[in-house]
Amino acid sequence: MTTRRTLLYAAPLGVAAIAGAGFYTILRRMQTDDYDPHALPSPLIGKRPPAFTLPGLTGGPGFANTDLLAPPRPMIVNWFASWCIPCAQEAAMMGQLSQSGLPIWGIAYEDKPDAIAAWLNQYGNPYQRLAADTSGITAINWGVYGVPESYLIDKTGIVRWRWAGAITNDVLNNDLNPLLAQYS
Amino acid sequence: MTPRTLVHLVMARLDRAIHALTAAALIIAITLPSLAFAQTVIRDGVTLTQAQETRAEGIGDQLRCLVCQNESIEGSGAALAHQLRVIIRQHVVAGETDKAIMDFMVQRYGIFVLLKPPLSPLTLLLYAMPFLAVALGALAFWLSRRTRIPPPPPLDEAEYQRLKSLLET
Repeated sequence: MTTRRTLLYAAPLGVAAIAGAGFYTILRRMQTDDYDPHALPSPLIGKRPPAFTLPGLTGGPGFANTDLLAPPRPMIVNWFASWCIPCAQEAAMMGQLSQSGLPIWGIAYEDKPDAIAAWLNQYGNPYQRLAADTSGITAINWGVYGVPESYLIDKTGIVRWRWAGAITNDVLNNDLNPLLAQYS
Repeated sequence: MTPRTLVHLVMARLDRAIHALTAAALIIAITLPSLAFAQTVIRDGVTLTQAQETRAEGIGDQLRCLVCQNESIEGSGAALAHQLRVIIRQHVVAGETDKAIMDFMVQRYGIFVLLKPPLSPLTLLLYAMPFLAVALGALAFWLSRRTRIPPPPPLDEAEYQRLKSLLET
């Protein structure tokens, strides 16, 4: 009789304790860049990028989805723009990744050729290949909803990971490096 | 020509004129609403009929703007929302069904783009929540009813007198 009553009174406390532990975990993981409640899972993961052909910049060749079918090693497709502030913050990381031997191909999102050229001069050019999506239609087909966004493509041309926002050291250590080890 | 025939002639003319006017008014009354319906509007740079625009707005109202996340595509000022509004209208003009256009968006952005999530294994808990809450409440109610201590039997005359004397002292 009384045990049941105690149990009934303890139930709300138990619920509050569980909720508290849950919130604590979420907030702690948000601080370490381990969890972003605004991040969306990309429907492209586990698939090949949709068909596209984009022109190059400053005389370069550009690229198409057919160029991403079988890269010799895992690679990153990085969407960026000269008008995007987080992209400038990410530039150093892109340079570092490129130096470490990770191939990075860039797609300039809704940008002007001379603005991109000036931006690459200022922040460095980590991109092996460079294409321009002036209309933003290819971006919509990829499900890009902001810049920067980075897509990891494995050796079979399948998208394995999408990161929306600048890649930080925590993201590199927690997400990208383990995936690179897994797929290389 | 006698004055009588002249009067007849004038009256006949007047009659015909009234008939013509009525017919014209009738034609205008019938065609005007459909004319207004067929009138084209330009939204986000796409020319479409009012009916198509209404359909496009209905679709856009059900889609989440991915930049701001708590606004619909129809209500958002973000550049991407504008582009998606354009795409919706182009697809509406091309004669696609609402479902085909929604599928186009879901294929690119996932079910998160839908402001009303569909019933799926992922959202089952979300939809089951009200029923779970009611069931939990019912359980709590039932448990509390079961454990209720029965009220003491009414006092007899002697007990009542004792209580009274106790309260008075």
